[in-house]
Amino acid sequence: MAFNGHQCEDGSVDEDETPSKQPRSDKEMPGYFRNEPNNEAAAPAGRAAADRRSSNATSRHRKDSVKKTRPPFPWFGMDIGGTLVKLVYFEPKDITAEEEQEEVENLKSIRRYLTSNTAYGKTGIRDVHLELQDLTLCGRTGNLHFIRFPTHDLPAFLQMGRNKHFSSLHTTLCATGGGAYKFESDFRTMADLQLHKLDELDCLIRGVLYIDSVVSSGPSECYYFENPTDPDRCIQKPYTLENPYPLLLVNIGSGVSILAVYSENNYKRVTGTSLGGGTFLGLCCLLTGCSTFEEALEMASEGESTRVDKLVRDIYGGNYESFGNMMSKEKRESVSKEDLARATLVTITNNIGSITRMCALNENIERVVFVGNFLRVNTLSMKLLAYAMDYWSKGQLKALFLRHEGYFGAVGALLELLHPS
Amino acid sequence: MAECGRVDSSNTSSHTMDKSITLPPDEIFRNLENAKRFAIDIGGSLTKLAYYSTVQHKVAKVRSFDHSAKEASSDKLYEISVQEEVTARLHFIKFENAYIETCLDFIKDHLVNTETKVIKATGGGAHKFKELIERKLGLKVDKEDEMTCLIKGCNFVLKNIPHEAFVYAKHADSEFRFQTTNPDIFPYLLVNIGSGVSIVKVESEDKFERIGGSSIGGGTFWGLGALLTKTKRFDELLQLASKGQHTSVDMLVKDIYGGSYGCLGLTGDLIASSFGKSATADKEFSKEDMAKSLLHMISNDIGQLACLYAKLHNLSRVYFGGFFIRGHPVTMHTITYSINFFTKGEVQALFLRHEGYLGAIGAFLKGAEEDNPNQYSWGENYAGSSGLMSVSPDMNPMQRARSGTFPFDMLEMDRLERQLVNLPLLQDASSYIPDTVDLTEDALAREYWLYCFEEALDGVVKRAVASQPDMPEAVARAEKFRQKYRHKLQTLRNQPFAYGSLTVRSLLDTREHCLNEFNFPDPYSKIKQRENDVALKYYQKAVQSLEELSWEERQFALVRGVLAGNVFDWGAKAVSDVLESDPEFGFEEAKRQLEERPWLVDSYDQWFERLKGPPHKCALFFVDNSGVDIILGVMPFVRELLSRGTEVVLASNSGPALNDVTNGELQILTERIAAMDPVIEAGLREDRLTLVQSGSSSPCLDLSRLDKVLAMVVRERQTDLVIIEGMGRAIHTNYYAMLSCESLKMAVIKNSWLADRLGGKLFSVVFKYEVPHGKTCLGSGALTPS
Repeated sequence: MAFNGHQCEDGSVDEDETPSKQPRSDKEMPGYFRNEPNNEAAAPAGRAAADRRSSNATSRHRKDSVKKTRPPFPWFGMDIGGTLVKLVYFEPKDITAEEEQEEVENLKSIRRYLTSNTAYGKTGIRDVHLELQDLTLCGRTGNLHFIRFPTHDLPAFLQMGRNKHFSSLHTTLCATGGGAYKFESDFRTMADLQLHKLDELDCLIRGVLYIDSVVSSGPSECYYFENPTDPDRCIQKPYTLENPYPLLLVNIGSGVSILAVYSENNYKRVTGTSLGGGTFLGLCCLLTGCSTFEEALEMASEGESTRVDKLVRDIYGGNYESFGNMMSKEKRESVSKEDLARATLVTITNNIGSITRMCALNENIERVVFVGNFLRVNTLSMKLLAYAMDYWSKGQLKALFLRHEGYFGAVGALLELLHPS
Repeated sequence: MAECGRVDSSNTSSHTMDKSITLPPDEIFRNLENAKRFAIDIGGSLTKLAYYSTVQHKVAKVRSFDHSAKEASSDKLYEISVQEEVTARLHFIKFENAYIETCLDFIKDHLVNTETKVIKATGGGAHKFKELIERKLGLKVDKEDEMTCLIKGCNFVLKNIPHEAFVYAKHADSEFRFQTTNPDIFPYLLVNIGSGVSIVKVESEDKFERIGGSSIGGGTFWGLGALLTKTKRFDELLQLASKGQHTSVDMLVKDIYGGSYGCLGLTGDLIASSFGKSATADKEFSKEDMAKSLLHMISNDIGQLACLYAKLHNLSRVYFGGFFIRGHPVTMHTITYSINFFTKGEVQALFLRHEGYLGAIGAFLKGAEEDNPNQYSWGENYAGSSGLMSVSPDMNPMQRARSGTFPFDMLEMDRLERQLVNLPLLQDASSYIPDTVDLTEDALAREYWLYCFEEALDGVVKRAVASQPDMPEAVARAEKFRQKYRHKLQTLRNQPFAYGSLTVRSLLDTREHCLNEFNFPDPYSKIKQRENDVALKYYQKAVQSLEELSWEERQFALVRGVLAGNVFDWGAKAVSDVLESDPEFGFEEAKRQLEERPWLVDSYDQWFERLKGPPHKCALFFVDNSGVDIILGVMPFVRELLSRGTEVVLASNSGPALNDVTNGELQILTERIAAMDPVIEAGLREDRLTLVQSGSSSPCLDLSRLDKVLAMVVRERQTDLVIIEGMGRAIHTNYYAMLSCESLKMAVIKNSWLADRLGGKLFSVVFKYEVPHGKTCLGSGALTPS
């Protein structure tokens, strides 16, 4: 039923020219929240949407009231995962001359460093294509930047924070992910920073709902694959995530968490699996000697999994064994690294698809949103997941994807800084 | 596809091995002469062959002399004859694919039967060997669907083999916890882990559905494991895994969090990302560690999927099979762990003792449909079956090397004469456990009983030889029996779980099976005959002296009589010593030996009170020994019941076991007693005294496997009292059996070790009268080891 409205749009919408997405209207929102047990706590996403809407207005009164509770710059949100650290940074673009003068040198230096570069050190990367411009947050307008670096380079990051005297800014650093706990003392001792630790699943959901509500121009945040079972006609299409609940949120990072979300504050972790992005990369490193996710994906895209296992169609026919052909010595000797990478990717992806489908059935949920950095530049996996959901459910189950894949936890952490729940 | 590599390479090597192997026909492919209805299941590495055959063996029969005729010159009560009987047996043999050609040649050479035209085949390797089988055996290969065979086989073993299913608990006293056979086996989930995984929901004999599966299975472990560790063999991979540490390869929750993820209750040791560490570190990983990590990854994944399917279809019984599981403690452990984790104990992972044979059994059943094997009850023959883990290399190297040929495993099942069903009077058939002590879990008791049975072996051999004085080769045969049973005892010492839970009952039954195997159908026949003869002479005197007593005194004397009679037991070592040395050991002497009241377990007062009330409608009496026991102990008791107006059903063994009275013998005895005693005579004439067979040939009693006729009679006569007599039936088994009507369990403890354990002494008495809850409860004795 949730798809009806959407399907009407499909025909008329060009892929590149996504219709500007309406933030949830006031007409819908109050009605929606009325049904929720906890209106107060459910508010932040609504408030964020309101911010967005008032961005062009000149309601000084409102701005003043917001200003009182507004935290000082810089605004960061951080998600320290098992493999990657995700950092979102809000760059204010509405700095007045007065403010400019008041702004301390350290703050300026950090802003300039982050916004003028797209790469930091050897491994830090700013995903420029994901940057959200002209965003209004807490009454301030600016750009939201998305930055990532490997968790094992966290010491270098802390060293940089120390060099740039980050601690002198007296900011609260909101962080989520396991690393917020694991590295809390390192932040304190190495960079003199006190972390405000946040639950990763809370942040994830908050981040997803927020980003989906504020992205209105440019490519649609949410999308799906049309004709997923037909490789030649399979194309990416925008999707409007209206009335999103209930939804199954599948976060594929190093491992996988599957959440059933009934409202922003009403969710449960259904299950998880240890066969995730970390497994793909780990096995690829062992099997092919590669060392990065990009390398592994590159190989996978060139490989052919059928030499290692069987065709996708066979998989769903039920007569398929991952790495089954590798029981044979001759075949082990003739297989290429690319084939192995491909087989690993297909195996991990399909397994996630299979578990997800079972959870959707058990929880009686028809909409699945896949997020997490495993899906970054990984169209192959996304199409496989779309295929799996569609095939198994005979079209009942829809696989949805979000452009900001792995950054939602970090966004959720930033929101906590601005609107403590 | 999964099979190719393995099958091809071993096939070529088998040509060279053929010549050096000679198969001993009495050990493998037995009874081929009469074999028919072949079936074969060829998997990735193992071949399972099935056939139906008939076995001719000797049975002891008793026949009443015609006392009017001249031939009754002897003073013997009845005639004992040994006759040849033909029974049906199913043979299943499992061996490595490498020996398939050797085996086919052997079968061809020994197969005399020409009727058979077709061999049913299943398994992934069946088509590969089709041509070879057709050429060698001259049989047409008829392929059957793998899944159908698997399910058919699974239903068959679940229904016919007690203790077929078990729970695996690595760190428990006994790794294998066998499940009692629930007559209602449906619905269940079967997770077959071959190269891939198939998940099948089975709803009835003919209705099943493959509801799901996964590509990550045994093939993934094998293939990926071979790539990662350069180790080719599946078994070797598992061995590597059992030595490894997965924490160096896997990313754990604590690697990400520094500790546990408190909010979700995810502990720090949980795997967050399988192989997660091999992506971030530039170091070498040991083969063992990678294999272990891989094993965990695959087992957890399968366990998780199985739980999701079980939940979706609301099923709590989940059986696991396939080559990934087959006899491998490591995989059973990891799967069990995974299931426990994902269902928090709501679903138990169940495994099957004969899991490897399911396909072959199913294919065989498909081919035998016109014989309708499902209409019979079948029983596992302990003498001819190898038992669990017989060819597992690390479990039992002794047996592997024993035959000098190649490792093989066998299962033999006998078609039972009678169809077996539950006693309708069981309070809860699904939770009924016949055996009082599980020797697999009780190491001390196990030690004692194994020792005890080994000690008694000389005597049993002697008795067996003596029972066939006219057959000179009996000595050699008895020696073979001794070897066979001693070997079984050795196997059970190493693998107490080989045939399900080890119990005194299973040790006794195994001995009976071995005796039968070597054509000693009834070693005690002559002794029973003599004792019956002697006891009969005292019957009238015994009855007379009881008649002289007051009603009150008589009731007590009758109970003492049954108990004293029960002292006469060749199955109990303490008694057989006395009996052997002093044949004049009398009934009166036995009474003097009995413990004085209060007995070890004593609810005589309640029983006596009950007797003052209205008579029972019908009593079912499971009798024990021949001679004094049945004639001077039980019969007067039965007589009193009849006099009270209670109908009596006497249930005795169908086949011989020790000196227990058989149904055949009891028929004759009862006739003779009827001739002397008008009460018994009237009982028989008026059909108020009925003799039925139990369906069993065991000194113990399994109330869940009784003759269908018995069950029918019990129901028709509205039986409201069950009497169980003797150590084997009332103490070793059924002591805790809960019945839906009144019950009386009477026995004398004739084993000092057991007496000690129960806090009593030799010849202590158990007299346990129970009334089910809801009716007037008159208390019950508690039997707890002190």
